Amino acid sequence: MAEFWDFYLLPALIIVGQILLIVVPLLVAVAYLTLYERKVMAVMQLRKGPNVVGPFGLLQPIADGAKLFFKETVVPTGANKVLFLLAPMVTFILSLIAWAVIPFDEGMVLADINVGGLYLFAISSLGVYGIIVAGWASNSRYPFLGALRSAAQMVSYEVSIGFVIVTVLLCAGTLNLSGIVLSQKGDLGLLNWWFIPLFPMFIIFFVSILAETNRHPFDLPEAEAELVAGYQTEYSSMAFALFFLGEYANMILMSGICTILFLGGWLPPADWAIFTWIPGVIWFGIKIAILLFVFIWVRATLPRYRYDQLMRLGWKVFLPFSLLWVVVTAGFLVYFDKIPA
Amino acid sequence: MIISTIAFYLFAAMTIASAFMVISAKNPVHSVLYLILAFFNSAALFVLLGAEFLAMILVVVYVGAVAVLFLFVVMMLDINFAELRQGFLQYLPIGGLVGIILLIELILVVSGWVLSPEALDVSSQVAPLTSGLTNTEQLGQIIYTDYAYLFQIAGMILLVAMIGAIVLTNRKRAGVRKQNIATQVYRRPEESMAVRKVEPGQGV
Repeated sequence: MAEFWDFYLLPALIIVGQILLIVVPLLVAVAYLTLYERKVMAVMQLRKGPNVVGPFGLLQPIADGAKLFFKETVVPTGANKVLFLLAPMVTFILSLIAWAVIPFDEGMVLADINVGGLYLFAISSLGVYGIIVAGWASNSRYPFLGALRSAAQMVSYEVSIGFVIVTVLLCAGTLNLSGIVLSQKGDLGLLNWWFIPLFPMFIIFFVSILAETNRHPFDLPEAEAELVAGYQTEYSSMAFALFFLGEYANMILMSGICTILFLGGWLPPADWAIFTWIPGVIWFGIKIAILLFVFIWVRATLPRYRYDQLMRLGWKVFLPFSLLWVVVTAGFLVYFDKIPA
Repeated sequence: MIISTIAFYLFAAMTIASAFMVISAKNPVHSVLYLILAFFNSAALFVLLGAEFLAMILVVVYVGAVAVLFLFVVMMLDINFAELRQGFLQYLPIGGLVGIILLIELILVVSGWVLSPEALDVSSQVAPLTSGLTNTEQLGQIIYTDYAYLFQIAGMILLVAMIGAIVLTNRKRAGVRKQNIATQVYRRPEESMAVRKVEPGQGV
């Protein structure tokens, strides 16, 4: 019995504890990201934003959550019940399980696997199922159109995301995410991070994750002027809330991946004492918050892309460019004998 | 050890069950979803074997790309599947025959039948694995170093197939209005707009 406890039960309990330590702060972050977005947009548009519930509107996300929780879940007649309810769960779960391999600080990672980069790519390429199944199971026209658009869009932009990841992997010489962050460590601090030598890829990656998370200016799946609310049209209550949480958790996740690949993960921007005192988790959070600010900034600034322009950008601009850049990077590394061991 | 054995039987059973559901589900969309479940369970089996790179590639390529296209096509198609099923009994004997041949071949391979000593030599010459490397690096060495030319040829064949598919299906349609992005970007307000003073009752 003692053996059973030592070898199976205790490790299992520790892992469950670690999972809770990741998921609970993540969900709080998601809740406050909605407030962050509304406040930032309000300031950009010279409004005040939510300011009634709690001091500075700080309790607004909780009020929103409680409201959604007490609504009735409506399943439309003619909808495929099982798939209709499964789809939001898939979206939500996929946005959570990717965090298993994200390193928050040196050694602070739930699963430090060798193929972390591929795992993230695999999980993010699955995100499309939640949306396409939701659109189909709703048995309604607008959701179906929205789902088809979204599937095409996510598949298109994943290709260039894949090539961007490949370039970073070539330079870092490892698929392990902690290894990628450590490959950016050096005396120059900020200047050692991959966003300087791979600046065009950084831009392509950022634009592609906007498309991958269905955010402005690529939010065609839920373009309200044409499609009511896209794949979410028939959803209400907690099912809708799961989509919402999933979308925002994905935004944080994608910003996290961008931080790890290009912005040095948990590393401080310079090796000065005042910076190294601050723990790596805080640096990681700050970098994610900056990228999320850009997400919101883009939303407040740019008009929506037209569908053919979106497809053109993905296939005719980003794909050839990132492919070329992979070849150029690989050629550079081989010619100057800089391939990481 | 016990855990991994339990996990193996769980994933293996799930793979077979979902593979069976792929061919027996009434709704084709459900079939594709069961296919995805089967892919996932096979990926889990790869992980149990310690081949995590293959597992991830299986998920990325088959679940993330191929199955999405399947789902896409199956959702868009308007086929009467009840009609398709009518020939089931008619095709059962030939399908069963193919299945039996495949089963016999598998048994021959697994039970180690040797037709000639040379064949045994070939089958025992598995590519040597360099120990101490992760399986990603080992696969990379074998594919991109030892068998680089074969890999290139495989790539060329796929490229030819892709171009062929595009050539066969691409057709020029008349009357399609396309936007020339360069022209659009170089447009200036002076060229495309005119401000006129419109007199009442006269129009432009």
